Amino acid sequence: MAEKTQQELLQIRYTPPRRDWMDPSVDFEARRGSWSYPAAGKNLTYLGFPNPREWSPADEDWKLPDNWREIIYEGFRERLKKFRSLRVFLDTCVRCGACADKCQFFLGSGDPKNMPVLRAELLRSVYRRDFTTAGKILGGLAGGRELTPEVLKEWYYYFYQCTECRRCSVFCPYGIDTAEITMIARELMNLVGLNINWVMEPVANCDRTGNHLGIQPHTFKDNVEFLCDELAEITGLRIDPPINKKGAEILFIVPSADYFADPGIFTFMGYLLLFEHIGLDYTLSAYASEGGNFGLFTSHDTIKRLNYKMYAEAKRLGVKWILGGECGHMWRVIHQYMDTMNGPADFLEVPKSPVTGTVFDHTASTKMLHICEFTSDLIKNGRLKFDPSRNDRYRVTFHDSCNPARGMGILEEPRYVLKSVCNHFYEMPDNTIREQTFCCGGGAGLGNDENMEMRLRGGLPRANAVQYVHEKYGVNLLTCICAIDRATLPTLMDYWVPEVGVSGVHELVGNALIMEGENERPTDLRGEPIGDKEAASDV
Amino acid sequence: MRALTALLVVAVLLGVVWLGAGVAGWHAFFGVAVPYAAVLIFLIGIVWRVVTWARSPVPFRIPTTCGQQRSLDWIPSSTLENPHDGWGVTRRMALEVLLFRSLFRNTRTELTPTKRLVYESDRYLWVAALAFHWSFLVIFLRHLRFFLQPVPQLVTFLESVDGFFQLAVPTLFLSDVLILAALLYLLGRRLLNRQLRYISLPADYFALFLLLAVAITGVLMRYVTKVDLVAAKELAMGLVTFSPKVPTVIGTPFYIHIFFVSVLFAYFPFSKLTHMAGIFLSPTRNLANNNRKRRHVNPWNPEVEVHTYAQWEEDFHDKLVAAGIPLDKE
Repeated sequence: MAEKTQQELLQIRYTPPRRDWMDPSVDFEARRGSWSYPAAGKNLTYLGFPNPREWSPADEDWKLPDNWREIIYEGFRERLKKFRSLRVFLDTCVRCGACADKCQFFLGSGDPKNMPVLRAELLRSVYRRDFTTAGKILGGLAGGRELTPEVLKEWYYYFYQCTECRRCSVFCPYGIDTAEITMIARELMNLVGLNINWVMEPVANCDRTGNHLGIQPHTFKDNVEFLCDELAEITGLRIDPPINKKGAEILFIVPSADYFADPGIFTFMGYLLLFEHIGLDYTLSAYASEGGNFGLFTSHDTIKRLNYKMYAEAKRLGVKWILGGECGHMWRVIHQYMDTMNGPADFLEVPKSPVTGTVFDHTASTKMLHICEFTSDLIKNGRLKFDPSRNDRYRVTFHDSCNPARGMGILEEPRYVLKSVCNHFYEMPDNTIREQTFCCGGGAGLGNDENMEMRLRGGLPRANAVQYVHEKYGVNLLTCICAIDRATLPTLMDYWVPEVGVSGVHELVGNALIMEGENERPTDLRGEPIGDKEAASDV
Repeated sequence: MRALTALLVVAVLLGVVWLGAGVAGWHAFFGVAVPYAAVLIFLIGIVWRVVTWARSPVPFRIPTTCGQQRSLDWIPSSTLENPHDGWGVTRRMALEVLLFRSLFRNTRTELTPTKRLVYESDRYLWVAALAFHWSFLVIFLRHLRFFLQPVPQLVTFLESVDGFFQLAVPTLFLSDVLILAALLYLLGRRLLNRQLRYISLPADYFALFLLLAVAITGVLMRYVTKVDLVAAKELAMGLVTFSPKVPTVIGTPFYIHIFFVSVLFAYFPFSKLTHMAGIFLSPTRNLANNNRKRRHVNPWNPEVEVHTYAQWEEDFHDKLVAAGIPLDKE
């Protein structure tokens, strides 16, 4: 795709087109840049998913099974019986329009079918016609639509254009959650082989190797050692984190991007310094080497399948409890699904900080703690020694990631940590943070390159808010607690606000920590000179 | 177009009752049979609807959290926006149901000519929604005067508050003014706001026209055409005591009014109006965010295929050995 200029992308009209929304046709060829490539057959075959094949949404023939309609109907019926959420959300919408301008994809594209209400209507119209009395009798008059191949193609386009961020559900007077609708629509599409490769390849990788990126155990170890080498160079300290160590007190699980790519690796280095600082008895696992869970973007069964490794590994290694790194959708799964799916974790103990003695009672059943909760407690109890001035070149703001904000409510912990480790912290405008935070535009498996135009559009509200604090306060670092953010926000910033970098919270923790026996640090974790206060005042 | 379709349906309904009760004089049918049937359909329909919802389980605990979680003792948690227990949920739900908390958050987003997104608080919908629903409730309760003997004190009290301004004779009820104003605003908004018009279905307009028809006929009867209140009460008391009597002096406007009310009752369970019951069952609002503290049980938790550690160790055996990662099996 030839990248569009900012001016071209910003020609956004919120006025709907003349064409009625019930017309499902999508011109995939003309809309390259706003859809994702379908799953490669090999990934579906490995996972045992239906209808593996090579195809493209731009093709006329999507090579669906002959009885695709029956499969979808049967799947729909089954899910109506399994999920009260689905039934209630399909039945109660009054189309009041409160959600319309809350979706970043609508705000960035002006496409009316990106209004959450219409996204849900794509499914709801089929439900109405075939599963409700009024719809069966009145058809189109009751807002019903027949499930045609065009409608299915429209589902593919728009349900792989929702990042399941749940912003709309904050504003809906009935709490209708488009993430729930999208998740179930994707489950239905998976039944006939309509999925995207940027989701299914990580799923297949994760099942096989233990992580989304397909990093095998020896490479896992190499990567960790490489980062330890970097740390040795910066701090003069040799850290040797245990891998698959039986009998450790704590199993630590991070999203795989944190030990794979910039800027996640700096966050990972921050974790390692923190654990060294407090002398934590922990282990990494090359088997449970993924915190994230792309099953969330596939189907409920897949969530469970991938998440299985965490508890299984904790049990095998005989740890007392599990600590989790900075990741967004990982924490949606851990917080809202894991215990129900893979629990009860009765072989673990209620997480207790070996340093402060704090018992984290709010995790009494799941037995899994968020690193920001853990670190906040350490700081509050005065157990960490910081030199926040080492982060003085950064003017920092914090992007609440969708899932931790709206599926958990971890809002203050990361802020508390940040304010303890840096001297310049500024909030973005109220309507763009905390529970009203905007998505990075690349969540739920949409952070791939072929979908770039839609990512940049969906990321516009976030970028706009960053631009505001950049211009007002000179903010030059956007922090977050999500690996997908760390992968997608740099691209977004490069495009919209190129002066601003992206980091995790624990990268700044790592910078600020005064380690026993360390050198005078020549650089911070990303190799930038420390104490370069000029840089901060320049921006 | 969709609005016209809905308006046409309401016009046809008006024609039906005009001809039936007014011209043909089928008073027993429109005064007794139709209301009984409507209430029966309403009761059966709403029970069926709620039972259908309730029969589908809530497999996962998925509250939408709109505030700080309860985690560490020294971080104040937002018990209303992110409740961690039943009491918090009760208060969150009360705020939603009684005051439309989520709608209160509403913002309007604009893209300025300098390409900045600006969010402004937009509470018009919230005000209109509150005005409509609360007026409707007050009017509904005031109507108990016709169905109960003696008239309960609550009803006379409501009337005195509602008619506080004593602006005209008969006393102008505030709720009558508010409900008409609110319905007209909601309709106007649906027609004039282009995004909203785009998403609106005939059913959305139908509900508004039907409610307007109910309200307008009621208001006309009270303030303009005047209905024989004694006769109206006689009919209403007959209905609730299951000894229906049809008074002769009651007049066509009355039949039009109760016909529209009957249609509203019968239509209710099969339409979006069930949001009244649905809100109570919404899993993003009615569950406590205590996920990690208490295990939520999924009644159909399926068995799934997994890649076990033993399989994984076998798959990567040589590489594990080469990397010096400890094995379970040597």
